[in-house]
Amino acid sequence: MTDDPYKNLKISKGAVVKPRTSLVNKTGSWRSERPVVDHEKCVACGNCEKFCPDMAIKETEEGKFEVDLDYCKGCGICAEECPVKAIIMKEEEK
Amino acid sequence: MAKMMTGYDAVAEAVKACDPDVIPAYPITPQTDIVERISEMVADGELTSEYVRVDSEFNAASTALGASAAGARTFTATCSQGLKLMSEPLFSASGMRLPLVLAIANRSLSAPLSIWGDHTDTFAERDGGMIQFYAEDVQEAMDNIAMAYRVAEDEEISLPALSCLDGFILTHVQEKVEPFSRKEIREFLPERSPVHTLDPSDPKTMGAYARPEHWTETRYEVHQAQLKAKDKIAEAVEEFANIFDREYGLGYNGLLETYRAEDADVLLVALGSVCGTMKYIVDEYRQRGEKIGIVRPRVYRPFPTEELCEVLEDAEAIAVVEKDISLGYQGGLAIDIKSALYSNGSRIPILNFIVGLAGRDVKKDNIKNIVEQTKELRGKLPEDIEFGKEERWEPLRTELLEDDKK
Ligand code: SF4
Ligand code: SF4
Repeated sequence: MTDDPYKNLKISKGAVVKPRTSLVNKTGSWRSERPVVDHEKCVACGNCEKFCPDMAIKETEEGKFEVDLDYCKGCGICAEECPVKAIIMKEEEK
Repeated sequence: MAKMMTGYDAVAEAVKACDPDVIPAYPITPQTDIVERISEMVADGELTSEYVRVDSEFNAASTALGASAAGARTFTATCSQGLKLMSEPLFSASGMRLPLVLAIANRSLSAPLSIWGDHTDTFAERDGGMIQFYAEDVQEAMDNIAMAYRVAEDEEISLPALSCLDGFILTHVQEKVEPFSRKEIREFLPERSPVHTLDPSDPKTMGAYARPEHWTETRYEVHQAQLKAKDKIAEAVEEFANIFDREYGLGYNGLLETYRAEDADVLLVALGSVCGTMKYIVDEYRQRGEKIGIVRPRVYRPFPTEELCEVLEDAEAIAVVEKDISLGYQGGLAIDIKSALYSNGSRIPILNFIVGLAGRDVKKDNIKNIVEQTKELRGKLPEDIEFGKEERWEPLRTELLEDDKK
């Protein structure tokens, strides 16, 4: 894990901070369902990446769309927006 | 040279002299004429500001916030429901320490729908960290714009400021005013030098997420900046008097003005244009040798605690006359004045009169009734007023109420 940039953070006027400090806030733990991409079905249209409110879907170098589970909150928008139903939401298990 | 001007013209002229970089605008009665007048100035090339016609007040305040974050001087105007819609980005602007100046043509809030004036809209924004100025006349509405810029953009303050003028009563009335020019304003109002600016070559995050271990301290800093703004307002009115030869509460750090208050045993406290009518009545009482006076806060946030305590402490009875009500308790100004005075050891009885809601005229007889009821309390103590009877409606037309509510 990266060093916590919030540790001993001094507050500047207006609480202006360097970018990317929020990367330590792993919002993936909020998820109750996870998106699973079926790469056979996927036509690489990029809709899921565009619509994800957390920018948790990225295109890999091989042109595949993968979910970053560290940050995906499991909202299901990607599954809703996929035109070929290549994403299903699967319940998280403890 | 003095000119006859409406309040909206005067505010637009003040904005022109202050020369903002970005002016997002959305209309709402009775503010519309301010941004309409400004749009004409931009169209005629008198003003080179970026005029952005946005699709809502939320967008207007957000655009102003964004422009301010990029280092721009901004202006917008609104009132009533429009201010409600701006409320969310305005709270953010104070937390992000971004100066914005807004003219608010004070108007009541729905429901019932009303287009007329009172102070319900800006009192509802009390806790948002915005500085709030209230003008008594058109000249002051104009001058407060310049002062609002100076204080809001001060590096140590960096907060949004609302420059309030009573809807219709001041926006649409013509009065004789001394306009100021851009050249004169340059002497009074320095160029903005922003603390942080949005700049792609030096990226930074503004308005970021704060965890519980940091949020309190950012709020504390906004509070400190609000308190510090009192000193800055004091400096601003002094400098303003030097340059423009117009004085605003110099003896009280620019935070309040008084009228025949020095030896008064009954003091009326009110914001804005109603003080004009009150002065007339006070003069009548004074002619008969009765010691009545007026205290008019020019600034509601930061609250002029020390100045109010100083000016009110020798009164025998006080009436707080206001155009708002914190439903379920009392008028906001009265609540704050009681808190300031009573925690300072004062034992002066205070009545709270709710007047002029949604444009109901505050007539001479209303003011006389207020003075008469307050006079009766001279020599008494706060506890002599029956609890729950401190707040009175002047007038309340009980004949309009259903029988069981009278
Ligand atoms: S479930 Fe929501 S957060 Fe997760 S990848 Fe899909 S759109 Fe993004
Ligand atoms: S929206 Fe569906 S088809 Fe398009 S890239 Fe994402 S998973 Fe593939």
